Amino acid sequence: MMEPLIVFDHLCKFYQMGDETVRAADDISFSIDRGEFVAIVGKSGSGKSTCMNIIGCLDVPTSGRYLLHGADVGSLSKNELAETRNKMLGFIFQQYNLLPKLSVLENVEVPLMYAGVPRGERRRRAEEALERVGLIDKRKNRPNQLSGGQQQRVSIARALAGDPPVILADEPTGALDSKTSREVLGMLQQVHREGRTVVLITHDNSIAVTAPRIIRLEDGKVVYDGPAHGRNALVGGEEAAG
Amino acid sequence: MSLGESFTMALRNIRASKMRTFLTMLGIIIGIASVMVIVGLGNGMENYITESFQSMGTNTISVTLMGRSSSRSVSEEQMYEIVEENSRYFDQISPLVNLSGVKIGTESLSYTSVTGVSEDYFNMKQYTISQGRGLQYLDMEDRLSVCVIGEYLSRTYFGGDALGKTVRVGGRPYTVVGVMTQEGDTLEEGGADDCVFLPYTTAARASGMGTISSYVVTVTSEDLAYQAKEVLEDALTELYGSDSVFSVISMTEMLDAMNSMVDVMITILAAIAAISLVVGGIGIMNIMLVSVTERTREIGIRKALGAKERTILLQFVIEAATTSAAGGLIGIALGYALSSAATVLITTLLETSMAVTPSAASITMAFGVSAAIGVLFGYLPAKKAAQLNPIDALRYE
Repeated sequence: MMEPLIVFDHLCKFYQMGDETVRAADDISFSIDRGEFVAIVGKSGSGKSTCMNIIGCLDVPTSGRYLLHGADVGSLSKNELAETRNKMLGFIFQQYNLLPKLSVLENVEVPLMYAGVPRGERRRRAEEALERVGLIDKRKNRPNQLSGGQQQRVSIARALAGDPPVILADEPTGALDSKTSREVLGMLQQVHREGRTVVLITHDNSIAVTAPRIIRLEDGKVVYDGPAHGRNALVGGEEAAG
Repeated sequence: MSLGESFTMALRNIRASKMRTFLTMLGIIIGIASVMVIVGLGNGMENYITESFQSMGTNTISVTLMGRSSSRSVSEEQMYEIVEENSRYFDQISPLVNLSGVKIGTESLSYTSVTGVSEDYFNMKQYTISQGRGLQYLDMEDRLSVCVIGEYLSRTYFGGDALGKTVRVGGRPYTVVGVMTQEGDTLEEGGADDCVFLPYTTAARASGMGTISSYVVTVTSEDLAYQAKEVLEDALTELYGSDSVFSVISMTEMLDAMNSMVDVMITILAAIAAISLVVGGIGIMNIMLVSVTERTREIGIRKALGAKERTILLQFVIEAATTSAAGGLIGIALGYALSSAATVLITTLLETSMAVTPSAASITMAFGVSAAIGVLFGYLPAKKAAQLNPIDALRYE
């Protein structure tokens, strides 16, 4: 059997808020195989953001282990974390997080630049990624000249450009209307069909059901882990996009 | 990411806020320009002083004997002996006897210098004769009443035809046997060409002094000026039995002393001007800190996308250094402009040809210092940027 790509092994993350200890992630265990499409769902304060930060190698667990592609992320240095983010992960954020002073094409090139890809190849790969999201003709524009949906597509292109095994989407439709939301989700499904592992973080059940598998968090614990159509999969979720 | 790309990125960020960058650079611009002008002024002064001294001969040593009160005295024969015995150091010697009271026809000339010298004097000073002859050994030996005059006197009082005419000094007549080639840039009263040279023996008798008290000695090479001075002092101390009744002044030594005085002055002024560089550096640090705060989100995004701390650090340091170095370049240009302006100003106001010349070394150093200031003062803000937590930075609005 193939080793899972993402493994949470009794993972805990505690924060100190004054005298109180916040258990943002409390003994979470799950594993995600290569090529899966998983939605991590929960209300605000459920610990989903903490999970997303840890999966994204932006944060390290207090205890337990997080294995990404077999490597224990908790033991990596800051430089190795940066390298892992660059090579293993493609981020899609709610607020797109494009760099306003750079052109669309340059934005897509950023992760490739940090990966040390030479200029010519970088350009070619970034253009390829933009072509895939249908924005090649906007490559010279600034992000603020694009609509929200277009900006989010640019950020998908940026996530894909480095060809990472994991795509991590944090409320990717949070700032979009329902039509463009469907477009973006369709694109994520497309990415998944091409064989990438997609992790979708959302508070919205209607978005979460895009993924075949749902992991539901409440108060830092996993309360459901199974298929999207299973009983209880949607229990406790919010019904509509907030 | 390569250095070249960091540099391009820095240039973009600088271009994106031109006004702010210019104001940030201002301290560096002013600092570099003022240091350059001051150092240039110092160079100009040193060149001017050196030139003035060279026209007097930097290879000469002046000796003044004040031995009247002491029981011993040193004669010119003894002086000549010292010079001949130390031919490794000394080249030639001439006594100097100053007289005054020149009269040509009925006109009294109060600015004209009259000096009794030896036949070697013209050679020592590298003066040349344009008409007639110079002073000769026989003139000394026979105490002839002859003289060599400067071009100014020849032109003004004899219409350029002075040979055989008479000049009176202290009431005595002297026949003009030679005219010196023009020495100064212009012919003027009291200038280098308003002069009369007599045989020193004749002059000494006319002055009524028993012994000659001043000499000028040339050294074989300027490098030996210091040792030559010591040799001369030792010899005189032995003759007099005291070292307080004579003075020996080497022109090289005086030139060095004056130049080192100028150096000290310029260094102090430049140091004061350099304070502006420190202020400029603090300005850069201030703006970079603001910039880091403004760009917290950008830093967060870059870190999420795989930028290492070192990369972010480098980006901000290069940005600060580029700003500062660009300020340095503008400062150098401004410094050049001001130096040229100062040269024109000094030339017209003071009527001396002193060029304010910024040295290549000072320009290289100015540029290096400005870049270094950027790195130094940019480091702290860059460090702050590099160490931002990516989660907090991403959440920053």
